[in-house]
Amino acid sequence: MKVGLSADQELLVGTTRKYLQDSVPSDVLRGLRNRPEGYESEYWTTGAELGWAALLVAEEHGGGSVSGEGLRDLALVAYEFGRQASPGPLLGTNIVAGALSRADGVAFESELEQLVSGTAVGAWAYAEPVPHGGLGEVAASAVESDGQWVLSGDKVAVEHAAQATYLLVTARTGDGLTQLLVPTDTPGVTITAQRTIDVSRRYARVALRDVRLPATALVGVAGAAAADVELQLQAALVIQTAEMVGAMDRAFELTLGWLADRYSFGRPLASYQALKHRVADQKLWLETSHALADAAAVAVQNGDPQAGELVSVAKSYLAEYGPELLQDCVQLHGGIGVTYEHDLHLYLRRVVIGSALLGTAREHRLRITTLLEARKGARKVEA
Amino acid sequence: MSEIESVEDFRARARAWLAENVPRIGPDHRGRSFVRPDDEELAEVAEERRIQRLLFDGGFAGICFPKEYGGQGLAREYAEAFDQELAGYSFPERLQVPNMTPCATVILEFGTEEQKRTHLPKILRGEELWMQFLSEPGSGSDVAGAKLSATRDGDDWLLNGSKIWTTGAWWSDWGLCLARTNWDVPKHRGLTVFMVPIHQAGIEISRIEMLDGSNEFCQEYLTDVRVPDSDRIGGIDDGWTVGTRWLLHERSFSSSPYALHPTGSNAYGSAQGDPAGNLLTLLESAGRVDDPAAREDIGRAYALQIATSELDRRLHALILSGKGSDQLAAVGRLMHGVAGAQLATIAFELAGQSAIAGDVDDDVLGDLGMRYLLRQAGSIGGGTTEIARNVISERVLGMPRELALDRNVPYREVRTAPSGGSSGARR
Repeated sequence: MKVGLSADQELLVGTTRKYLQDSVPSDVLRGLRNRPEGYESEYWTTGAELGWAALLVAEEHGGGSVSGEGLRDLALVAYEFGRQASPGPLLGTNIVAGALSRADGVAFESELEQLVSGTAVGAWAYAEPVPHGGLGEVAASAVESDGQWVLSGDKVAVEHAAQATYLLVTARTGDGLTQLLVPTDTPGVTITAQRTIDVSRRYARVALRDVRLPATALVGVAGAAAADVELQLQAALVIQTAEMVGAMDRAFELTLGWLADRYSFGRPLASYQALKHRVADQKLWLETSHALADAAAVAVQNGDPQAGELVSVAKSYLAEYGPELLQDCVQLHGGIGVTYEHDLHLYLRRVVIGSALLGTAREHRLRITTLLEARKGARKVEA
Repeated sequence: MSEIESVEDFRARARAWLAENVPRIGPDHRGRSFVRPDDEELAEVAEERRIQRLLFDGGFAGICFPKEYGGQGLAREYAEAFDQELAGYSFPERLQVPNMTPCATVILEFGTEEQKRTHLPKILRGEELWMQFLSEPGSGSDVAGAKLSATRDGDDWLLNGSKIWTTGAWWSDWGLCLARTNWDVPKHRGLTVFMVPIHQAGIEISRIEMLDGSNEFCQEYLTDVRVPDSDRIGGIDDGWTVGTRWLLHERSFSSSPYALHPTGSNAYGSAQGDPAGNLLTLLESAGRVDDPAAREDIGRAYALQIATSELDRRLHALILSGKGSDQLAAVGRLMHGVAGAQLATIAFELAGQSAIAGDVDDDVLGDLGMRYLLRQAGSIGGGTTEIARNVISERVLGMPRELALDRNVPYREVRTAPSGGSSGARR
């Protein structure tokens, strides 16, 4: 995806691509729809050996990345996941591991060891059901009582929650946010699989009813986790947009090949100007999506003050043009494009999932305007 | 050997020099799209030439042009740093496209040593201002269908015919001219490029009034214009070799390191400064700060601007690294047309009735109606978006080429409109 990769990054990408091609080719993927977990546990632990879950974890906490820029490396892996519509809890596990390492990698040493090695899966419980379904809305509550935390509320669209050992729950304490690490077997935690449109990626509802947790479950600072949550959101959007670009890229490739091979009225579809011009527009959307996803990864990696704006720019663009590109690929394929037998839907699903989770195009456009106003306000205060 | 100055040292030097020497854009600055009287236009051209000369004397003109031709001989990163520092300053806007690129870049690429030494330093000093004699009344997108003819006369050539859509020919000095030198070969093989002084007896300049009342575009009528063979660029009948690169430079103007693009100058009008600030001003002026639909539009507009600049950056990196064909420039050209039209539409819709019936002194919203009427100009000038889509599909993606009836046929036998002209609706 990147214009210039280091040799180590090329190696990470190469081994990931090869492993995904060998272990989960598309006929295997199609079969995964019948598996409640959506992936084999050995598949994930082998992936973890390649470094998939270590990239946001500091070296002293057992993690590490090939380039020293973990999020950018992770974006490369996510792009490969998109290219092959691969299964596995990539986003959730990395976000949870990254948050634990940043907060206190020593205290969470054991959890980090399990997450990085792939023996445990992490899930970030962030989004909530209607009427609190908007991006960033948090109604779940975390209350401190007698040296314990009591957690209540509902979370939805939690990626692979039913396969997870640990949930990172974002909750509200008064006016601020608090994050707690919740083992999924804690009493009061109920995880119910949700209906979803992917063949292998699973989502669940998490009900939290007076869940009692020790003080050590606290990740970061009580009532002051907003900045951490923003960082998690930014990193998650980088992973998500990179995966979307990968899926768009592959669907576009399939479509170009199809147009060259398919003949109608004695000539290849690719020779019709009406179709060529649509493909040119698709190429524009694809290249722009690449550019924005890369720029967002760099900005978040570097802690750029405008990273929040840039991830929302990337997400709002991809959430609009990603599905548009995929649907047009379907249209250009004709009937075969809406069959289960063809691979195209695997990428369509990934792009559509990405467009709707962690904020829609509309929510991110609104967020951009709010962030721009905040930036302008901050400048006025400085002056 | 002296140490090469780092980009950051260069940036610091540029920042200090700009603050010391170049005027900032005033609050009453009007973009180029604003229609002004001729004397004002000429005064601004003169001021831009003056600033160009300042840049030259200060060692900041032609950052990526070689030193021996008056440039600074620096890499692209220096040009980018300078663009960032230039934000908010007056700059020679009219001297960038097509003067610095494609005109000067074509001379740099195809000119003889003598031609380069004669013209490039003068261009970089603001003494020569170049325009393109490219489109013709009978051929716009089909550039290679040029009919302006050049016939040999001793050591000279005689040029006859007409060129059109020349920006500001009336205040410019030289035209880079694509002419037909051979009618007995297929169209791409009978073209030659010449350098022509604009203000001379054989050239009549007629100004074209655009729908907003501006008279900046011109049509030129050339009658027996004598051009010495030493002012030919490239080989005789080999003008399309020059022409393909010429068009490529034209398509990549927005990311070309040979022209200045102060950060913040953007497709949303010609306003300079911070795009975020401009959009928030628009939102406030429209009185719609609390309207979620309007706020969403502002977010979309900002995203489109960032998308355009990030795409330019990516395409340039792909081309420079050799990982992508240089024809990828057409993707950027398409984006500028498409995003520019989207931005004009968003701004127009936000302004609502104020864009149609605005108070005379309403500078924020009052211009948006006219800008909307001219919305498609950005998808037409500089090569249409249709041609960009052809280039992307055929030359970037390798899809089959369009059927052409003029290939491998002597150009004289190719069917063209009888008058060689535009049959405008009013005629």
